[in-house]
Amino acid sequence: MAILTKDEAHALLKKVLSYSKADECEVNLNSNDSANIRYARNSVSTSGKVTQSQLVVSSAFGKKLGIATINEFDDASLEKVVRRSEELAKLAPENPEYVPFLGPQTYPDSMMYVQSTADITPKLRADLVAQSLNVAKNAKAVAAGFLEDNTSFNAMMNSKGLFAYNTSTNTNFSVTVRTEDGKGSGYATRGYNDIRKLDTKKTTEIATEKAVKSANAKGIEPGKYTVILEPAAAAVLLERIFFGLDAREADEGRSFLSKAGGGTRLGEKLVDERVNIYSDPMHPDLPTSTWSGDGRLQEKISWIEKGVIKNLSYSRYWAEKKGVKAVPGPDAAIMEGGTKSLEELIAGTKKGVLVTRLWYIRDVDPQSLLLTGLTRDGTFYIENGKIQYPIKNFRFNESPIIMLNNLEELGKVERTVSVESNQNYLLPPLKIRDFTFSSLSDAV
Amino acid sequence: MKRRDFIQLTGMSAGAMMLPFSSFGSPVDVSRLLEPMLDAAQKKQLADIALNTTKSLGATYTDVRIGRYLNQFIFTREKKVQNIVNTESFGVGIRVIANGTWGFAASNSVTPDGMKKTAERAVAIAKANSKFQKEPVKLAATPSYGEVSWKTPIVKNGFEVPIKDKVDLLLATNAKALEKGANFVNSIIFLVNEQKYFASSEGSYIDQDIHRILPSFNVNAIDRASGQFKSRPGFSSPVGMGYEYLDGKSEDKINGPGGIILYNKSYDIVEDAGMAAEQVKQMIAAKSVEPGKYDLVLDPSHLWLTIHESVGHPTELDRVLGYEANFAGTSFLTLDKWQTKKFNFGSKQVNVVADKTQVGSLGAVGYDDEGVKCKQWDLIKDGILVNYQAIRDQVNIIGQNESHGCCYSQSWSDVQFQRMANVSLQPGKEQLTPAQMVAGVEKGIYIVKDGSFSIDQQRYNFQFGGVLFFEIKNGKIEGMLKDVAYQANTQEFWNSCSQICDARDYRLGGAFNDGKGQPTQSNAVSHGSATARFNGINVINTGRTI
Repeated sequence: MAILTKDEAHALLKKVLSYSKADECEVNLNSNDSANIRYARNSVSTSGKVTQSQLVVSSAFGKKLGIATINEFDDASLEKVVRRSEELAKLAPENPEYVPFLGPQTYPDSMMYVQSTADITPKLRADLVAQSLNVAKNAKAVAAGFLEDNTSFNAMMNSKGLFAYNTSTNTNFSVTVRTEDGKGSGYATRGYNDIRKLDTKKTTEIATEKAVKSANAKGIEPGKYTVILEPAAAAVLLERIFFGLDAREADEGRSFLSKAGGGTRLGEKLVDERVNIYSDPMHPDLPTSTWSGDGRLQEKISWIEKGVIKNLSYSRYWAEKKGVKAVPGPDAAIMEGGTKSLEELIAGTKKGVLVTRLWYIRDVDPQSLLLTGLTRDGTFYIENGKIQYPIKNFRFNESPIIMLNNLEELGKVERTVSVESNQNYLLPPLKIRDFTFSSLSDAV
Repeated sequence: MKRRDFIQLTGMSAGAMMLPFSSFGSPVDVSRLLEPMLDAAQKKQLADIALNTTKSLGATYTDVRIGRYLNQFIFTREKKVQNIVNTESFGVGIRVIANGTWGFAASNSVTPDGMKKTAERAVAIAKANSKFQKEPVKLAATPSYGEVSWKTPIVKNGFEVPIKDKVDLLLATNAKALEKGANFVNSIIFLVNEQKYFASSEGSYIDQDIHRILPSFNVNAIDRASGQFKSRPGFSSPVGMGYEYLDGKSEDKINGPGGIILYNKSYDIVEDAGMAAEQVKQMIAAKSVEPGKYDLVLDPSHLWLTIHESVGHPTELDRVLGYEANFAGTSFLTLDKWQTKKFNFGSKQVNVVADKTQVGSLGAVGYDDEGVKCKQWDLIKDGILVNYQAIRDQVNIIGQNESHGCCYSQSWSDVQFQRMANVSLQPGKEQLTPAQMVAGVEKGIYIVKDGSFSIDQQRYNFQFGGVLFFEIKNGKIEGMLKDVAYQANTQEFWNSCSQICDARDYRLGGAFNDGKGQPTQSNAVSHGSATARFNGINVINTGRTI
C-alpha cells in the first residue's frame, strides 16, 4: 500500500466502518515503507526493501471485544476482516475492564514527516554506505554498520466519530569500527527524521577514532567511579524509567514507583533536583505523533520536574477507576541538559571513566530498577581533565534512580538512539559519581 | 534473547491497541486456519515460475520460500480474559546469487505475476549490491532431495482445541494461584504453526509443517508494608510439541531438592500455579544472600539460558567472523583457538552438541531454510572446542564442505541467515541424581529457573540471576535465599563444572525469541541438560534501596 493522503485514509476507514454491525467499531491503519543496507567486514552483507501494511479492526458487543487484522485492501477483504473481528468478539468472554471508544478529538498536525527522507533513492542509500566504508578502509579498519530509513502513515477512525491521521519519516544509522587486529573497537549512532541531517562519513570518523584510541586497553580495578555517559550510553539506562511510568503497576505495588506502606511515589522527590524529563510531540528536534494508538491527544507533559515525579501514565480504564485524566505514555522522552560539551565535561573531571556505549542491559531487580550490562566500543580513563588511556570493559550493576541521585553535571542535549529499543531521545551526556562497576570483561 | 518481545507479549507496550507481534500477520478465525491454502503441487508450480525467472536473468542460485505463519495468543489476568488473537501471515521470500552476490526480495503477492516480479527484484538487488562485494559467495554443496515433506510429530494440534477449553485452563490456573494467596497473576497460551515450502534451483522441493507451544504464567506477591514485591513465572518451557504438552502426566513430574516440583515432557500448569503462589511469598521472606564464592547446583530450567548465552552464541560462526559486530557482537572463540584442537572450553565432563533434529525441541525441523537436511554435531567434546555452527556460504571458511543445516528466517518476509541450533549439554555418564549432587556440596546454592541475564559482546563475562535460590549447607538444603546473581568468565565457569547428573534428569528449556541481525529476527531454540554443579562461583548480592 502506498502512503495514503488524509482524504484517502479517511475514505478507506469510512468504508471499513460501513461494514460494521457491532455496538462499537474502531479501525487502525498503518503502512510502513522500510529500506535498509547492512554491512560487515567492509562489505555489504544484506539489504532489503519491504512495505508492510496492517488494518486492525476492533469490534465490541457490550463489553465483549474482538480484534482482527488484515493486509489486503479490496472490498471483500475489508468486509471479511470486520466480520472476523465480530466473530471473535462474540467468542470472547465479557471484559469488565472494557472502556467504550473515544469520541471525536482535535489534534495538531505532527512534524514527523520530511519529504527528502520519503524521496530517498537507492543511489543515495548506497552512497551513504560507501562514504562510511571509505572512512574505515582509509583508516585500515573494519566497519560493520546498518542504515535504515522508514516512511509511514497511521490513521484511525471509530463509530463514535473519532478520526486521526499522521505521517512520519525517520532514519537510523549505526556503525561499529574495529581495528584490523581486533584490539580496538568504536561505535557511533545517529537518528533523524530528515535524511539530509545524516552524515555517515562524520559518524564513521567518530567510531574509527574511538576504535583506534581504544586499542590495547588496560585493566583497572572494578569499583565505584565517576563516569561520563555519552548520550547513547545514558539512553539505555534512562529509558527503563520512561518505560516504567505506568500508574496501575505503581498503584498495584509492583513498580519502582510503588511506595512502602501503599500508594505511589507520585509527587515525591526521587532524584537530583536538576533532573527534568518531559515529552513534547511538537519538539522540533524530536517530533512524535500527536495522538496515541487509542486516539488520545499526546500533549507536552512533564514526567520528572526538579527531581519530583510529576505525572504517571494511565490506561483509560485505570484513569476512570481512579478518577484522573487518562494521560497516555510518552512516545519519546527529552531530558533537559546543561551548556557544556562532552569535551568540557571531560576537561572538568579529575578522575573518571568515559563510557561510549552500554550493552546487554537487563533488569536485575524491578523493585529498585537495578540494571546490569557492560561498557562496549570505547571506554577510557580520565585523569586531570584528559583522556589518559583506554581501559578494559566493565560490567556494571546500577539503578538509574540511584544514578540520578549521584548526578554531578549535565552536558549539552543531543538526539540519540537506544541500541536496546531503537527509540530516539533528546538527552545530555551525564556525569555521575559512584557509578558501580562490579567486574572486568575481556571483550573488545 | 530479546527483551522487547517480552514487553510486547505481556501487553505492556505503549501502543496498546496494536497487536503483539503485529508484523507477524493478521488474525483469522480458527476454521480458516485449518484449511490448507495451497497444496504442494500448486506451490511447486509457483516456485518454478520464480526459479525460471531468476535463471533467465543470470542468477546462479535461487531459493524460494513460500510461507504461511499462524499464531494464536490468549492473554488473561486474574479472572479476566484480556485478549484472544489469531494471526496469519502469508507470502514469499526469494533469495538469489547473481554476480556472485546475494539478493533478496519478498512479497505477499503469491501469484504467477507476483512471483515473477519478486524474482526480478531479488536479481536486481543482487546485481546492485555486487559493486560492494569483495569475493563471490561460495556455497557448500548439498544434495537435491526432490519432493519431500516433514512434520513436527504432534499428538494434538493446539489450533484445533476449542478456544473455550484454553480460556478455561488459563482461568483455572489463575484461580489456583489466587486461592493459594497470590496478589496478581497473568497467564498465556501462545501457539505457533509455520507452514513452509522451500524450492531451490538445485532441485529440492521441501514441504514442512512445524508446531510450537508456550503455556506460562507469572504470579506476583506484594508485601505492602515493606514495599517488596516478587514474581514467580511458570516452570514450563516453550517446546516443539502440540497441545499434549499440557497433559501434565505424572511420569513427567520430577521431585526436585527443596520440595519443589519440576516438569519434563508435559506440564501441569494449574498445579504449578498453586506451587508458585506459595513459593513467591517465601521469596519475599527469604534471607538476603551473603556475597562470596559458592558451589552452584543449577537445574536445567535455569542452566538452559547459561548454555544459550555462553556456549550457543559464541560458537555461531557469523559472530566469530564479524558479521554481527555492529549489533549482537563477535566471539571470543576465534578461529585460531579452534585450529589448535586443544582449546579447553570446559572441564572433561563438558560435552555440548548442536542438534536440529531433537524431538520436542524448538529448533527441530527436517530441513533448514536453505534446503539442507538437519543433523546433530559436536561443538565441545570432552571440554575441547571442536566445531562451530555454520551454513552453506560459511563452512568453506572453516575448511568443511557440508553445511551444518542451521539456516533460518523468522518469516517469508525476512532473509534467512545462520541461527542457533538447539545447543545442549550432554548428561553425565555416571549415575547421579540432583539429591545426591546436593548431598556432596558443603557451601552452595541450588538455583531453579532462569531470571536476569546479561553477557558481553564477545561472550566472556556474564551475570545470571534465577527465580528460586536454595542455600546448601553441609549437603542439606537450608532454606530460600534472595538477591542472588552469579558472575563468571565463560571459560572459567565451564572449567569449574565438576559433576553432571545422568540422563534420567535431562530436560529441555528454551526461548521463542532469541534475537539476532539488523533488522532483528527471532529464532526459537531449546537447550537440554541435566542438573550440573559448578565449583567456587562468584555470587553477588543485588539488593538495593531507592
